[in-house]
Amino acid sequence: MKNQKHGPRVGLFVTCLADLYRPSVAFATVKLLEDAGATVEVPKAQTCCGQPALNNGDLDHARILAKQVIRAFADFDYVVGPSGSCMGTIKTHFVELFDGDPEGLTVAKDLAERSHELISFLTDVMGISNIDINYDGIVTYHDSCSGLRELSIHDQPRKLLASIPELTLNEMTDSNVCCGFGGTFCVKYPEISSRMADDKCTRIEESGADTLLGGDLGCLLNIAGRLRRRGQTTRVFHVAEVLAGMTDGPGIGEGEG
Amino acid sequence: MKPMSHDFKARSEKALEDPVLQSALKNLGLGFVEARRQCANALPEFEALRDLGRDICDHTLANLDFYLRRYEEKVTEAGGQVHWASTPDDACRIVTDICRNVDAKKVIRGKSMIGEEVGINDALEEAGFETVETDLGEYILQLAKEPPSHIVAPAIHKSKDEISDLFQKHHAVRGLTERQTERSALVQEARQVLREAFVSADVGITGANFLLADTGSNIIVTNEGNGDLTCTLPKVHIVTAAIDKVIPSVDDAMVLLRLLGRSATGQEITAYTTFTTGPKRAEDVDGPEEYHVILVDNGRSTMLGNEFRDMLRCIRCGACMNHCPVYGAIGGHAYGWVYPGPMGSVLTPMMAGLDEAKDLPNACTLNGRCQEVCPVRIPLPKLLRVHRTWQHEFKHNSGMFRFGLGVWAFFAARPAVYQFGTRIAMAVMGALGRRKGVFTRMPLAGGWTQGRDLPTPQGETFQAAWRQKRKGQEQ
Repeated sequence: MKNQKHGPRVGLFVTCLADLYRPSVAFATVKLLEDAGATVEVPKAQTCCGQPALNNGDLDHARILAKQVIRAFADFDYVVGPSGSCMGTIKTHFVELFDGDPEGLTVAKDLAERSHELISFLTDVMGISNIDINYDGIVTYHDSCSGLRELSIHDQPRKLLASIPELTLNEMTDSNVCCGFGGTFCVKYPEISSRMADDKCTRIEESGADTLLGGDLGCLLNIAGRLRRRGQTTRVFHVAEVLAGMTDGPGIGEGEG
Repeated sequence: MKPMSHDFKARSEKALEDPVLQSALKNLGLGFVEARRQCANALPEFEALRDLGRDICDHTLANLDFYLRRYEEKVTEAGGQVHWASTPDDACRIVTDICRNVDAKKVIRGKSMIGEEVGINDALEEAGFETVETDLGEYILQLAKEPPSHIVAPAIHKSKDEISDLFQKHHAVRGLTERQTERSALVQEARQVLREAFVSADVGITGANFLLADTGSNIIVTNEGNGDLTCTLPKVHIVTAAIDKVIPSVDDAMVLLRLLGRSATGQEITAYTTFTTGPKRAEDVDGPEEYHVILVDNGRSTMLGNEFRDMLRCIRCGACMNHCPVYGAIGGHAYGWVYPGPMGSVLTPMMAGLDEAKDLPNACTLNGRCQEVCPVRIPLPKLLRVHRTWQHEFKHNSGMFRFGLGVWAFFAARPAVYQFGTRIAMAVMGALGRRKGVFTRMPLAGGWTQGRDLPTPQGETFQAAWRQKRKGQEQ
């Protein structure tokens, strides 16, 4: 049931990478959701959406982790996470896991309907079109594959970025081509993955941008890692960090010293 | 062709280091991808055509027995003969028997992937026939003794220089000793050599892009016209085709042909679209005296009844590989068998063996670009996932990997333990790497750090920081 008075009650799906690697992305997510009028809660009984198991054909473990997510988020109006990949898994793949299990299918479908990737939730559900912060820089945006192709996220982040006064968006060529992350792919086939990341870094360089933004930490860690290895100084942030005005600290792969 | 897919890792590493291949692959991305995009955008009904294409194929597959029998009847009525081959060996035996029966010496071939799949060239050569490939790309590869690396542009990996060398070496015996370096001169030289083959061949073998059940016709599309000559000049025409090539009618062919050219090369229509129906009739001035069709199963009827049925819609346009960033990085030979790229990673395990090709379904980031462009909407990533699930079920994947995945899943399913452990691990990693911002090396993460740095985590987990913050706010 939607709580109209205090805005919708949103359960934050933190995503394992934001939880472990970059809590600032999750804090930025909370800020954006609260600014949009939502009440945000963070269920403790969550870890990962189970994608490593799912994508490697280990459906038994994928089902166990899917059930864990379904249980943890049963009571929220919406479930929102700062990742097209994780939310794509929850929205499109959980239901496939419960094919022969009508009860599981019902709850998986219910969760899928309530689940959204952060940026598309802000624009498409909460109707936000404008962000009141500033970021002075030339950015380029990498479209992460799951968000783009499973959840049709393309215009939404661009729309919000366009509302930031001193931000310039320079599109790179092939912004919709995979960066080579692919979850366990990047460690199973490191040579191919590095080549794909390298191509992405070249496109970023050609764009003339000083900052790379994206909506998925997996891709951003991969690209940032390759940028640093190449000696490129492009700053890398999750788009939520920029939209929340939380870019004072080091970007991804930047040191303090 | 003996599958080499088990060697995928080594082959892909070699491909990444091959400068000639890498430069060819760069052009592929610029050429086919852009041409298809323009073609698709120029046709308002393109997306609707894709739906229609998918539906035509689905309907045919649901009634495949009916359409195949009907096709056979029509071929027979037109004076041709249909042969059924369950296995590649059957197909090769039938073809060589036909060639023997007509005392053939020289056999020419139009480009066909089914021919590669069943290994027709090796079979013919072993049986003592002289064979000549008449598609320019395939001819180059025949001289180089290499398999195709792309299903539409088989010699895409070859540079002009390499082709100049090959022609000079092999055409010297024909008195063509000068090394040609211009594109047009190379083509002229190939035409001259191939003309001799066309007029002296006893048997012409082609593939089929589509087989029409309503007329018993075979359709091939080419850009060189070599297919027409292969069909019409020799006294025997043999069509080799997979059973999933049959479609109900010429109307359906019109839909699929509009999709095929656009998806494959960004052409509205290929230079030649050739229909052949049976042997030469009494009133015809030319054409073959005998017309044979070999319908090859090779595992397709099994796929018809399992999770891979959707794959049988494939019209072999190659759009999936043109748009695949993995194919774009390593090219076709790395995949180790006839069909490369996404469609090959689905088909090769089914045809060359699950164990032989176990790398292929995993060598994909599941980015979904292939599905986005497939003219008949084959859910390629989903099918690759099915392979991964089978591998996990049948324990075809590495024991170490399964163990690691199991350990991870054990903790991921126990949030309290997971959060306790990750909090300590991230604190340590954060403290060690904070100054520099990245790790250039990391034990157990060599796969990551060999090609890129590993960014340092911020040090605190969100779960811990969030609880801490909330506690502070409550006090």
